[in-house]
Amino acid sequence: MNQIDVDQTLNSLADKLRPLLENKPVMIGIHTGGAWVAQRLHDILAMDDAIGTLDISFYRDDFTRIGLNPQVKASDLPFDVDDRHIILVDDVLHTGRTIRAAMNEIFDYGRPASITLVVLICRDGRELPIQADVIGETVTLKPNQEIKLTGPDTLALEIQEVGA
Amino acid sequence: MSLRITNGRIIDPANDLDQKADLFIDDDGLIAAIGKAPKGFAAELTIDASNLIVCPGIVDLQARVREPGLEYKATIESETLAAVSAGITTLVTPPDTNPVIDTPAMAQMIQQRAWRFGLAFIHPLGAMTRDLEGKQLSDMESLDEAGCVGVTNALNPIKDTLVLRRAMEYAASFDITVFLRAQDPWLNGGGCVHEGEVGTRLGLPGIPEAAETVAVARDLALIEQTGVRAHFCQLSTARAVAMIAEAQERGLPVTADVTAHHLHLSEHDIGYFNSECHVIPPLRSERDRDGLRKALQDGVISVVCSDHQPHESDAKLAPFIESEPGVSGLETLLPLTLRLVDDGLIDLTQAIAALTSEPADIIGVDTGNLSVGSTADICIFDPGVRWVLNTKDMVSRGHNSPFEGWEFKGKVTHTLVGGVLVYESSD
Amino acid sequence: MTEDLQFGKDGRLHHFLSIEGLKRETIVEILDTAESFISVGEREIKKVPLLRGKTVVNLFFESSTRTRTTFEIAAKRLSADVINLNPSISSTKKGETVLDTIDNLEAMHTDLFVVRHANSGAAHLIANHLPPHVRLINAGDGRHSHPTQAMLDVFTIRQYKKEFSGLKVAIVGDILHSRVARSLIHALNILGVPDVRVVAPKTLLPTAVELLGVHPYHNMYEGLEDVDVVVMLRLQRERMEGALIPSEQEYFRVYGLTEEKLSVAKDDAIVMHPGPMNRGLEIDSAVADGPRAVILPQVTNGIAVRMAIMALIMGGNVARERKGKE
Repeated sequence: MNQIDVDQTLNSLADKLRPLLENKPVMIGIHTGGAWVAQRLHDILAMDDAIGTLDISFYRDDFTRIGLNPQVKASDLPFDVDDRHIILVDDVLHTGRTIRAAMNEIFDYGRPASITLVVLICRDGRELPIQADVIGETVTLKPNQEIKLTGPDTLALEIQEVGA
Repeated sequence: MSLRITNGRIIDPANDLDQKADLFIDDDGLIAAIGKAPKGFAAELTIDASNLIVCPGIVDLQARVREPGLEYKATIESETLAAVSAGITTLVTPPDTNPVIDTPAMAQMIQQRAWRFGLAFIHPLGAMTRDLEGKQLSDMESLDEAGCVGVTNALNPIKDTLVLRRAMEYAASFDITVFLRAQDPWLNGGGCVHEGEVGTRLGLPGIPEAAETVAVARDLALIEQTGVRAHFCQLSTARAVAMIAEAQERGLPVTADVTAHHLHLSEHDIGYFNSECHVIPPLRSERDRDGLRKALQDGVISVVCSDHQPHESDAKLAPFIESEPGVSGLETLLPLTLRLVDDGLIDLTQAIAALTSEPADIIGVDTGNLSVGSTADICIFDPGVRWVLNTKDMVSRGHNSPFEGWEFKGKVTHTLVGGVLVYESSD
Repeated sequence: MTEDLQFGKDGRLHHFLSIEGLKRETIVEILDTAESFISVGEREIKKVPLLRGKTVVNLFFESSTRTRTTFEIAAKRLSADVINLNPSISSTKKGETVLDTIDNLEAMHTDLFVVRHANSGAAHLIANHLPPHVRLINAGDGRHSHPTQAMLDVFTIRQYKKEFSGLKVAIVGDILHSRVARSLIHALNILGVPDVRVVAPKTLLPTAVELLGVHPYHNMYEGLEDVDVVVMLRLQRERMEGALIPSEQEYFRVYGLTEEKLSVAKDDAIVMHPGPMNRGLEIDSAVADGPRAVILPQVTNGIAVRMAIMALIMGGNVARERKGKE
């Protein structure tokens, strides 16, 4: 994974997204890592509309078990969601639960025309029927491994061993 | 039945006695001798009091038995049983029952009910005014004849100073002692805690120190004017006690008592609205508590009482101000008083005097002593045994006590009333 | 009744009973969480699904349509089911006791109680009695505590003043009977506000009020001098009957907030009031409607703050960093 060049991957993603720009989409990045990736893509693609960011803390499915994250930030969608094409960006697609929560939240803002899911890394371990439309790199990890994006200035990927 | 109590340490403050000796009780339930057996004495029952203290049965100067009128809280039977289990052989009850004890018939009824159960004696206080209303004098002389050991207006002090003066003068004519609760009704009104730091923080309406001192000042002035013998009940402020001390020095015939809980607890024990600490008069500052302790030490206060008020559990399970005030105090009267000895405040003789000879003196009844020829009202206790109070195991019907979990040293082993063994501990 | 019923064995807030006993970090955590709920209230769909399927009962033994309504809105915005009950206060001898009422409702699977009662200590009594999974928010108990009001007050102060460390805050009015004042005083002290003042005649100040951590003033000009925040308390008209103050005219003259009195405060001082206001008694209409009054923002903030408190006490162990797989 130390071999994955994030900048190169970002450029390749931008190339894959460029054809979609004719629909005048808006970009939404999921906090924290997805927002960093989205910001980079937004700059590379020189999109017109301002970027949106989503904090999904209020839509997570594990609230009863682990409660509220005190560092929850406000979601910020500085555009009308109704009838827009949305490019939803996250850093890592794993179980799919974050994307489920993000889509629920987007629909509370309005009814988009479409949602295209872009992820930097797509890893194994899906628990819901959710797939990305545009993928940077696909990886397979051991059960006790996590892959994390660090930033915000320099973006880099790290594999971490999670405790037994 | 004739009895012999052997090998006990006999402490009898009334007769200045503190020695290891045997005690003999005759068939009539009177004390026959101390030390050597009387000629021809044959004991039908022997109680071995080795390592135990033998003292007069305790006289509790203020205890409510809830009968008549509030039998759902407790009864004469249940409370006199609790009393003897705690070494208390005489209970002085206030007249604020329903109906009020303002007629000789009511006074006699209470005493007879107690006699029927054959446990602790009850000596009632009679009402100072009709129905305790504070307007018309009650038949004090008849009440006195019928066995009342004093008169009081209980928890509703007489507001009209002229009526109070007349009541005192009338009582003085017959040498009747008036028992006074010093609380100014307007300054007292609506409060449920001491007006101070804790009350402010908890947002509870307070009863200022002045509620007691204003009443004491007024009462002392009238006592001086009328010459009546007066006893101040359940004082709670250091300032009031200082006023009493000064009056005593001037020769006024006033005595005073304090509750066992006021000698140990202060407003800080209320914690977060612990309704077991809801009492009237309220638990006051630590300075007040220390002043009360010192007053007992100096003799300004001569008696410790329980101010026993048994309640059903619902009475305390309400927001603080809605809960009913009062502690179920019979079973902690002796232990709390003995604790004062451990604290070094008073010695054992003075502690026992405060529970026996002194209160007996105030009510003018021949008890609280182990004089030869007196009724054998006796308390025997083990001064060394340590135990923890579990309120659910209390004998009284009321389990409302702030002393849950407290460790005490000293427990009653035997109690005799009129020479009859009415209580023996099972341990 | 032991000390902190507010916290569970895991050290997290289980009940919200009083500001006393809260650490600074906990208060700041609530303020930060409330911040994010503000934006929820500004979008089209003002709901988030956090408390979906949970039952919240507003149990108001003491009536208050305003406070009850904000709790109701807050709970509904968290997608909870809300039930409003207004039992009349009855003494323990007649009618149902407070604890019996709670037991009956709890048996109907209530998850969260919001309780207002006329007597101090009611919230602690109830919290002590609840089974471990049921939570309680104190919406005001007698004169003792109104912790959610204090939280929205300090949230509003933070909104306008940013830092607490250099502030002078004056609370004016009937401190003696005010749970709002007591809770706010605790919050300001815990947050490190150096100069907290109370302004009132002696009859309306509780004994030993300095021990709460305030400087008392009887002269309003002195009390308001150079302050950053003025909090006006509502005066109940019954206080005249208790011989606590002589008349409304005198009270307004000496303690009513007018432009003139406000002029001794800082130029950018803000004016707050927990509501409802008695115009012409404790506050002049010109001030209440003027540029320095932040009374309406207080109301909006109240919903976000209450959402934050409900979310924090209803959640499980709060993660310090995100747990669970992404």
